[in-house]
Amino acid sequence: MTPLSVVLAHTLPELILAVGALLLLLLGAIRGKDSDGPMTELAVGVLGLAILSIVLGHKTALNLFDGSFIDDPFGRFMKVLVLIGSLVSLIMGQSYLAREKIDKFEYPILIVLSTLGMLMLISATGLIALYLGLELMSLALYVIAAFHRDNVRASEAGLKYFVLGALSSGMLLYGASLIYGFAGTVNFTGIASALHGEASLGVIFGLVFLTAGLAFKMSTVPFHMWTPDVYEGAPTPVTAFFASAPKLAAVAVTIRIMITAFPGIHTQWQQIIVFISILSMALGSFAAIGQTNIKRLMAYSSIGHMGFALVGLAANSPAGVQGVLAYMAIYLVMTLGTFAAILSMRIDGVYVEQISDLAGLARTRPAIAFFLAIMMFSLAGIPPLAGFFAKWYVFNAAIQAHLYPLAIIGVLMSTVAAYYYLRIVKVMYFDEPAPAFDRPSPTVAAVLAVTSLLILFLCVYPGAFVEATTVAAKSLF
Amino acid sequence: MFGFGILSALIALPLIGAVFVALIPGDSNASRSSARWAALITTLITFALSVYAYTLFNSTTAAFQLLEERSWFGSGLVYKLGVDGMSILFLLLTTFLMPFCILASWESISMRVKEYMIAFLVLECLLIGVFTALDTILFYLFFEGSLIPMFLIIGIWGGQRRVYASFKFFLYTLVGSLLMLLAVMAMYGVAGTTDITVLLKTAFPASMQKWLWLAFFASFAVKMPMWPVHTWLPDAHVEAPTAGSVILAGILLKMGGYGFVRFSLPMFPEASAYFAPLVFALSVIAIIYTSLVALVQTDMKKLIAYSSVAHMGFVTMGLFSMTEQGVQGAIFQMVSHGFVAGALFLCVGVVYDRLHTREIAAYGGIVERMPLYAVAFMILTMANVGLPGTSGFIGEFLTMMGTFQINSTVVLFAATGVIFSAAYALYLYRRVIFGVLEKASLRNLLDLSAREIALLAPLLGLTLYYGFHPGPILDGCAASVEALIRGYDAAISASHTASLALPIVH
Repeated sequence: MTPLSVVLAHTLPELILAVGALLLLLLGAIRGKDSDGPMTELAVGVLGLAILSIVLGHKTALNLFDGSFIDDPFGRFMKVLVLIGSLVSLIMGQSYLAREKIDKFEYPILIVLSTLGMLMLISATGLIALYLGLELMSLALYVIAAFHRDNVRASEAGLKYFVLGALSSGMLLYGASLIYGFAGTVNFTGIASALHGEASLGVIFGLVFLTAGLAFKMSTVPFHMWTPDVYEGAPTPVTAFFASAPKLAAVAVTIRIMITAFPGIHTQWQQIIVFISILSMALGSFAAIGQTNIKRLMAYSSIGHMGFALVGLAANSPAGVQGVLAYMAIYLVMTLGTFAAILSMRIDGVYVEQISDLAGLARTRPAIAFFLAIMMFSLAGIPPLAGFFAKWYVFNAAIQAHLYPLAIIGVLMSTVAAYYYLRIVKVMYFDEPAPAFDRPSPTVAAVLAVTSLLILFLCVYPGAFVEATTVAAKSLF
Repeated sequence: MFGFGILSALIALPLIGAVFVALIPGDSNASRSSARWAALITTLITFALSVYAYTLFNSTTAAFQLLEERSWFGSGLVYKLGVDGMSILFLLLTTFLMPFCILASWESISMRVKEYMIAFLVLECLLIGVFTALDTILFYLFFEGSLIPMFLIIGIWGGQRRVYASFKFFLYTLVGSLLMLLAVMAMYGVAGTTDITVLLKTAFPASMQKWLWLAFFASFAVKMPMWPVHTWLPDAHVEAPTAGSVILAGILLKMGGYGFVRFSLPMFPEASAYFAPLVFALSVIAIIYTSLVALVQTDMKKLIAYSSVAHMGFVTMGLFSMTEQGVQGAIFQMVSHGFVAGALFLCVGVVYDRLHTREIAAYGGIVERMPLYAVAFMILTMANVGLPGTSGFIGEFLTMMGTFQINSTVVLFAATGVIFSAAYALYLYRRVIFGVLEKASLRNLLDLSAREIALLAPLLGLTLYYGFHPGPILDGCAASVEALIRGYDAAISASHTASLALPIVH
């Protein structure tokens, strides 16, 4: 039996978020006001505290609650990323929500609650814990998607996300029950020792359904249909949040379950991951070409990037997992930066989101244009920007695992993707200026500047970052 | 300084200049002019420093010199710089041509001058990096990174169809380079390092070599460019501003040839021998086909662009002959083409600045108004044709002589290309310079200004100087080329021995 103090110490980030969310809810109810007030700042404080508790906390790995929850370097790395994603999207969304008059006090609380679900998800080492975390995350996300409730598009987005999300949860549960039936346990380690060698049809079915549920959360093809509509319909800060934190959590749990629960039948799941990866890269690259709305474009872009990240997982090696971790970290920075730029697209107080609104930005707002161009080149994977190193790690892992066709298809798709990223640079730099944007809010400008500089200068001092991903990846094997 | 050597300083200098230009406030005439001067001074200092680096360089040995090495990116990757007899030539060519590019844009670029100068300085930094990197990933970083400034240069300051041209340029080269990247990863898997000096000593399995060679070829053939993947070049050249064309023809194309001598030939000797007939065929097609295409062009820049493709055909032919004359000739041809094509594009820029058209039909008889220009253009045309006494001759002659020892049929076809080149070059010259001056728009043309003379004179001088005295270039790379060929021959004879020995083992 683990002493309570040790349990508390290892679940401190989750506890901080849970207690914080409840206190915030109480405070909101007692204040009796509809508006946001200091709630966002307090929520940011809670999230920041959680980050600190991870960074300064225990460095050992420990399995808790009868093997259904683990605190390990892999989990800590992903949790920090998820918390950063939530925190930054909360900070930079504040001015948008206030201007659109949807700055209700529930918003930051919902973000904290769904982040709590993500942390649970990342640490889950059992199917039940996984489902608990997934649902806590998703339920909060459904509400946030429809947060602009008087807006038709936002309501549609929320409803669509909810219906499809419920379906995918059902699939995941069905898969989980099949796996439980065949393995006789819900613990990942138990499943790993029960399933090896030739997999029976039931296990394969379970694996497929489970992966389908997870693929929905990662928004990978063929379970991506909700993504463009939700990205476009939801308020931009919500989209920024959707594109960052939940995806990281879903990728993290997918890695953990594949590597720790199904190492014995890796040939089975590798096929599925390769399939999903190729389809996502292809769809993400081709479907984005015709988009005119930048949020929709980012939706397809994120589908494509999930495909690229899964190339690393398909390699099924420590280097591959390290690649995915590095990819997700860099993806997080690029996504937050790009959405900071989208949040600064405001003409005379009205937020716009067409790509054509960016025309001639290099002359009207050269700083924003420069930073967004860095993001675009980085998303396209052009060196020496960070996006190149993300691709280098995952493709290198794939090549070392002899997945040559996957790697070749991947690089060809990234050329296609480069086309639409370049198109944004072209609109900003080559076209005649459209009406100038208003001055961006200081937080948005700061996020944009910091993320761009991180992307630009990662190659100068990559040591600590590479070290962190290596340690995190090793802890899974 | 801080453990970094002269090569790092060469890479850093243009960047420092770029930061300095970026910090110039405002967009007044004064700030534009200071941006121009800052860029010019930066490129001149960089050139001076590269000349100093050359004086430190010992050309009698094939070893890499001026080495710097630091660990970088945790495992495997290193920040390693160094030059040998081949790369230092390209390094000097880069730093030498850059001030000309800045000068050529002095008056023709009046819009967004600061951004333009920054783009050129960043480009210079990346190009120097390409020729000095001794780590494949570092090389790739610079190689691919150079797409960004060039994309912007064509796209922002280019002509009518600049968007199309810039996208075509970017995406064409990106596909090729990404395949090369996969090959680099595969090599990393075998050798466990990306250090070029180690990879040069690594013997890759023969079956793997072919795939690696093809992947590298995809990248370098596009860059070179070789037929049939050359179609981006005429578009890019036509739309790019004058200085952009100079840098494109002068240096960017050389990255392909440099890639062949640095990677394909020494690292995959067996595959190079296996694929040499393919390269010969493509080279000959390039020489003849693009010469014929050049003959019917109505746009001056496009004509010169196609002639560049033809000249690069000689380069690839010479390189894959793997004889001393062939490889030396190819390297000489690349350097010489850097001067000649660069100066030709500057010449087109001279008349374009006056009349704002590149249509050949819009000119005729301008020798009456611009005698100095006619002389300059004449010398360059002769160099383009490969007349003895100009640097163009040495390169073409040596590549053909080298290849003749290997395959005389190829040279037979290539030599017809020389005749075609005379046809299109002289035909162009006649239509632009000679004839009757009857167009009203041409009557008030002014001859070369002092700035333009300063631009063209050094390039013309070098064209003639190296035509009579090719020694400095040939001797500079001799030791490295010899080492390259020795390693190649050793690998080929080893594989022959192995294949002969195989039945006995069996």
